[in-house]
Amino acid sequence: MNGTRVAVLGAGIVGAACARELALAGLEVTVVDRGGAASATTSHGEGNVLVSDKGPGPELELAQLSRTLWPQVLAGVAERSVAAAHAVEWEPKGGIVVATTDAGADGLTRFAADQRAVGVRADVLDAEALAEAEPYATREHTAALHYPEDAQVQPAGAAAALLGDALAAGATLRTGCEVLGAVTRSGRITGVRTSAGPLEADWFVNAAGPWSGELSARLGAPVDVRPRRGDVLVTAPLPPMVFHKVYDADYVGAVGSSAGDLQTSAVVESTRGGSVLIGSSRRRVGFDDRLRPEVLSAVAAKALRLFPTLAGAAVMRAYGGFRPYVPDHLPVIGADPRLDGLWHAGGHEGAGIGLSVGTGRLLRNLMLGEPTDLDANPFRVDRPAVLGTTARSVSEESP
Amino acid sequence: MTHRHVVVVGAGPAGLAAAEAALSAGARVTLIDASDRPGGQYHRMLPEAYDAARPEVLHHGWRAFDRRRRRVLTRPRCAWWSDTSVWALERPDPERPGPPRVHVLHGPVDGGGRRRLTLDPDALVLAVGAHDRVLPFPGWELPGVFTAGAAQALAKGERVVVGDRVVVAGTGPFLLPVAASLLEAGSRVLEVLEANTRGTVARGWSRRPWQLAAQAGKSGELAEYAALLIRHRVPCRTGRTVIEARGDGRVEEVVTARLRADWSAVPGSERTVAVDAVCVTHGFSPQLELPVAAGCALRTSPGGEFVEVDADQATSVPGVYSAGEITGIAGAPAARAEGALAGWLAAGGDPRASALRPLRRGRDQGRAFAARLARAHPIGAAWSGWLRPETVICRCEEADYASLCRAATRPESASARVAKLETRAGLGPCQARICGPTVAELNTRLSGAPVEPPAEGLPAPVPHRRPIAQPIRLGELAAPSEPAADGSAPRHL
Repeated sequence: MNGTRVAVLGAGIVGAACARELALAGLEVTVVDRGGAASATTSHGEGNVLVSDKGPGPELELAQLSRTLWPQVLAGVAERSVAAAHAVEWEPKGGIVVATTDAGADGLTRFAADQRAVGVRADVLDAEALAEAEPYATREHTAALHYPEDAQVQPAGAAAALLGDALAAGATLRTGCEVLGAVTRSGRITGVRTSAGPLEADWFVNAAGPWSGELSARLGAPVDVRPRRGDVLVTAPLPPMVFHKVYDADYVGAVGSSAGDLQTSAVVESTRGGSVLIGSSRRRVGFDDRLRPEVLSAVAAKALRLFPTLAGAAVMRAYGGFRPYVPDHLPVIGADPRLDGLWHAGGHEGAGIGLSVGTGRLLRNLMLGEPTDLDANPFRVDRPAVLGTTARSVSEESP
Repeated sequence: MTHRHVVVVGAGPAGLAAAEAALSAGARVTLIDASDRPGGQYHRMLPEAYDAARPEVLHHGWRAFDRRRRRVLTRPRCAWWSDTSVWALERPDPERPGPPRVHVLHGPVDGGGRRRLTLDPDALVLAVGAHDRVLPFPGWELPGVFTAGAAQALAKGERVVVGDRVVVAGTGPFLLPVAASLLEAGSRVLEVLEANTRGTVARGWSRRPWQLAAQAGKSGELAEYAALLIRHRVPCRTGRTVIEARGDGRVEEVVTARLRADWSAVPGSERTVAVDAVCVTHGFSPQLELPVAAGCALRTSPGGEFVEVDADQATSVPGVYSAGEITGIAGAPAARAEGALAGWLAAGGDPRASALRPLRRGRDQGRAFAARLARAHPIGAAWSGWLRPETVICRCEEADYASLCRAATRPESASARVAKLETRAGLGPCQARICGPTVAELNTRLSGAPVEPPAEGLPAPVPHRRPIAQPIRLGELAAPSEPAADGSAPRHL
C-alpha cells in the first residue's frame, strides 16, 4: 500500500489511533485538525478504558480487543520514547461497581453474569472485601463487583503518544487547519478544501468526534453524530483515598440511556497527581458550554453517596466536554456507501479513549482488506441510526 | 430613583466607590468580598487583633477611605457580605441576555458552615482587582523569596518583618511603596532594583508629559517614598535585577545582573549579595476568572490582558460592568473613578448627570496613566534567558522548565491544554494564578504555534478560565443552594 495517501480529519485520540495504524502499515498519512492535537473532547474527559460498563455485544467486543491492544501499543510507544509512554499514565487499576439499592444490586448481578458468559472478569466483593479494596467507600451498599480488566489513562497523554508513533512512522500533522468541504470526482472524494488550502488524498477518515456530524455534512455525506455534554469535577490533591475506578451501578444505565435531559451517576477515581476526578453527567444540550452549578451539585451528591468521607475535599476545578453520541449507542467505523474514498471512525460517546486503539486496528483491517479481529458489520455506516432520516446537522440541535 | 438590585464583587477602592454610587442612584446594593473587612489590597486593614492606633500613618488616603466605608456600609439599602466568595457565575440562556446568576459561599473559609447562596441581580459590577505577577528565576521557590505584595501585606497588615537584609527587585512603581513598608517595619533594604533600563523608564513616562499633571497625587505619593529611601540611604538602581536566589533550605544570597533593554543579562555583570529575604514584583495580573466566567470580552494591551469596557464601564455582556485593576493597572484614584461610574450606571443612573463629568475625566486620565505605566515598565522578552532546565515554573506541581520545553516542542503535545495535562503546570491548588501567564507565554514561544482558535462549544484554553472560581468543598457543592433573601447576611464594620 506504499504510496496510498490517507488524510485523517481530526487529531483526537481516535484520529491519532487510526493515523498510527495506517502509518505503521506504510501508508502516507496526513492528520489535520482545526485546533491543536488532542485539544477538544480527548483532553476534556476522564480517560476510561473500561469493559465493566458494557454488556455483551459488538461494543464489548471492541472494548475487549482494545484492552488486549493497549499494553502492546504502549510497549511500542515506550520503545520509541520512555517519556511519551510515561505521560500516558496507564493505570490498570481495575474498576469497582457499587450498587446502593436492592434493585440496583439485582440489575448489577444479572449484568455481571451476562458479561462473565462472554469472558469478562467480574468478581463479587463482599462487605469485607470491599472495605479492604476501598476503605473509604460507603458501607451502605447492596452489592459490589470488581472488574480487574478496567484501566485508566491520562487521555491527552495517550493521544499524544499514539500520534507521536504515527509521526515517527512518517505521518504529518497540520493543526489550525479547518476542513471546509469536499472535492469530488464521479462519486469519489479526491480532496478537501481547508482553511490552509486544498488537500488531496486517496482516502479520507472522518475522525472529528462530536463534530463528525457537521464535518460529514460539509463533505456531503452526513452521519448522525451529536454532542452529549459531560462535566467532571477535580479535587485538590488528597492523600490516597480512592484506589480503583469506583462507580455506582446507575452508571451503566446512564451510559445506555438516550435521554436528552440530565443524567448523573457517580464515577470516582484518583489520578497520579493526587487529585480525585468525579463524574459524570450526560446532557444533550448541543454545544452549549455554560457551566451549570446544579449539574455539578447533582454529580457531587451522587459521589458523596459512594464516598461520604470526601465531603470535606475541596473541588478546585471543573471541566466539561462533548461526547460523540449516536442514537443507537454504537460507534461508526467503516466506509461511507455514498461517497467512495470516505471512511468514518467515530461516535464512541464516552468510550472513545478506551476504544481508540481497537478502532484504529479495525479501520486499518477494513481499509487494507485484512481479516478483522471481530465482526465489523454492527459498526457499518449504512445503518438506520447513522443515516436515518434523523440525520441532520448537529447545529440544529438546541438545548 | 430606581430600585434595581446591583451586586458589587470586590470591596477595594473600585468596589466601594461602585457601591456608594449605586446607592446614590437609588439601587439596592449587595457588596461582596472574600475578606472579613472592606478595603481590598490597597487599604489593607489590620486584622482586628492588631488594630493600629493610627492606621493613617500606614495608609495613604486613610481618612477618605474610612469615611467612605462608614458611609456605604451603614446605608439601609446596602447589604455588606464579608467572608463571601463568588465560586461560580452562571450565564443565562443566550436568548435572554443579561447578568449571570451569582453563586456564592458565605462564611469564613476555614469554618465548616459556609452557606451556598445565589443572587440574581439586575446588574453586576466586577471589581475584583489584581494580584502580583512574578516571573520565575532559579531559586524563586526558596523560603525567603516573597512577592512584593505578600511582603507588603505582612508589613502593613500584620506588622511582620520579612527579613533583616532585603533586596527589592522587579519592575514598576510598586517597588517604592514596598521598600518603604519594609523600612517602616524595621527591615534593612539593601537595594531597590528596577529591571528596566533608565532609558526605557524615561521614554515611557515622558511621552505626553502633560497627562501626568492629573496624577499629581500619585507622583507626590511616589516622591514621598523616594525621599524615605534616600533618608535610609537605600540605593535604587535601574537596568539590574535578581536572576537567581541561592541558599540551603532558605534564601541566603541573590545573584543580580545588569540587564539590557530586552532584559537579557549582560555577561560578567553578575554580583552576589548576602540577604535573608528578597521581594520581587513584575507588575500585576488582573483576576480575570469572574469576567471570563461571565462571558466578558478581553482586550490585549502592552501591559497584558484586561476586561474590555466602553466609556460607561460596561463590558461586552449586558448588565455586567467592570472597574478597577481588571480593566487596566492604573492605581487607586482611577479605580475609584471607574467604580463610581460603573456603580451609578449599573444602578440605572442618568448617564448625562453632571457629576459624571469629573469621574469620566479621572477615568480617562487613569487610562492614560495605565498606558504610560505599561510602556515605562514592560516585561522584557528575553527574561526567559534566566531560566535553567531545572528551574521550577509551576510551584504547586513542581513542573520545571525542561518539561515545558519538551511538551511544547513536540507537535503532538504542543497544544496548550495537552501540554498542561502532561507537564501539570497550572493544575495545582493555585489553579495557575501564579504561573498561568508565564506558562502561556513560554508555551506560545516554545511551540511557535499561533493561539488556537477555540472549537465550537469548547472555550479557548486561556489561563484565566476557572469555571470554579474559588475552591468549594464537595459537601458544600452537594447541598442545595438557597436564593439569598434581602439583607440576610450579617454586617460588621
